[in-house]
Amino acid sequence: MVGRNGAGKTSLLRAIAGLLPPSAGTIGFEGPDGALDPHDARAAGLHMVGHHDGLKPGRTAREELLFQAAWAGGGDIDEAVRALDLIRLLDLEVRRLSAGQRRRVALARLLAAPRALWLLDEPMAPLDADHRRGVGEAMTRHLADGGMIVAAVHDPLPVPARSVQVGA
Amino acid sequence: MRALCALFGRELSLAWGRGGGPLLALAFYAAVATLLPLASGREPERLAAIAPGVAWLALALAALLSLERLFERDYEDGALDLLAVGPIPLEAVAAIKCLAQWLAAGAPLALAAPVAAIALGAPPASAPLMFACALIGGLAFAFVGGLGASLALGSRRGGLLIAVIVLPLFAPPVIFGAGALSSLTAGLPWTGGFLLLCAYSAAAAGLSPFAMAAACRNALS
Repeated sequence: MVGRNGAGKTSLLRAIAGLLPPSAGTIGFEGPDGALDPHDARAAGLHMVGHHDGLKPGRTAREELLFQAAWAGGGDIDEAVRALDLIRLLDLEVRRLSAGQRRRVALARLLAAPRALWLLDEPMAPLDADHRRGVGEAMTRHLADGGMIVAAVHDPLPVPARSVQVGA
Repeated sequence: MRALCALFGRELSLAWGRGGGPLLALAFYAAVATLLPLASGREPERLAAIAPGVAWLALALAALLSLERLFERDYEDGALDLLAVGPIPLEAVAAIKCLAQWLAAGAPLALAAPVAAIALGAPPASAPLMFACALIGGLAFAFVGGLGASLALGSRRGGLLIAVIVLPLFAPPVIFGAGALSSLTAGLPWTGGFLLLCAYSAAAAGLSPFAMAAACRNALS
C-alpha cells in the first residue's frame, strides 16, 4: 500500500488485524474450506508489526523475543536470530538498542512463529541497507512458501508486489 | 496454554520491576503507616484503636502506586496491539495482568500489613486475620485498580484519574476488612465482614476483566 501520510494505510492494516472496526464494509478471512471465524483467523493466522515495536525497554531482546514467539505459538528463535543478525543484541536491554535494531527484534517474531499473513507498517523504514536485504530475503521465502504480506510502504519493497494506492 | 504461561511470566517480571517493585511499595506502606499515627496522637490506647484502620488505609494507598503503568506502558509501546491480537481473549489477558500485579505488589504488602498493625498496638493474635484480609483485599485492589487503569488509558495525568476512579471503589473492602479486624479485637464475631470482603474480591475478579477488555478495545480503536 502506498499513499500520502495520513491517507489511511495504518488504519487499514489495523482494521485487517481487528484492532479498528471498519467504518464501512466488512473484512473476512477464507481458508481452503471456506470462510473462517474472523477471531480465530486473526489469532492464529496473522502477525502485525506496526510503528511501535511493542518491546519493553527494561527487558532484554532475548526475553522479549522469546515471549513474542511463545505468545504467537512459535518456539524456536534460532532461525529468526540468524536471519535477522540478532545474536549480538540478544542479551542487551531493549532501551540500549537503536530504532533499527529494535525493529529487527520486532520483525524476528515473523520468523519465530510462522503465520500465513504478515501485516507490516513501514517495516523497512529504520533499517540499514544490509538488513533491508536480509528482511527482503525473509519476505521472499515467506511468499515462496505460500504466505501473504500486506505492507504500508513509501519505498518499494525488494519483493515482487502489487501496489495499491490508498486514499487516492 | 504456553501463551498463557508466557504472558504470566512476562507480566510477573514486569510487575516486579514496575514503579520500583515491591520494595518501594513496602517502603511507601511503611511511611504512610508511620505518618498517620503521628497526625492522630501517640497515646497507646488511641493508636491501638485506630491500628486496623490505619493499616488498611495505607494498604489501599500503596495499592495505587504502580497502577498507572499496568496498561499505559503496553498501550504506548504497542505491546497492547500484540496482546489484543493473540491466542487468548483480551479479558483473560487483563485478568492475568491483575493477578500478576496482585502477586508482585499485593502479596508483599499483605505480609507487611500485620507487622504494621502490631507495631501500632493491635493485639498479635489478630495477625493471621490481618494477613488474610490484606491478601484477599489486595485481590480486589488489583482488579478494581486494573479497571481504573484501563479506563484512564490514553488520558493525560492518568495517575490522578485512576485514583479518582478507583478510591471510591476501594471503600467496600476497606470497610469490610477493617470491620472484621475491629470486631476480632473487640471479641465480637468477625466472619461476616471477612466473608463480605471475600465476596467483594470474588466479584471484582470475576466482573472487572470484561470491563477492562472493553476499555482497552475502546482505547485501541
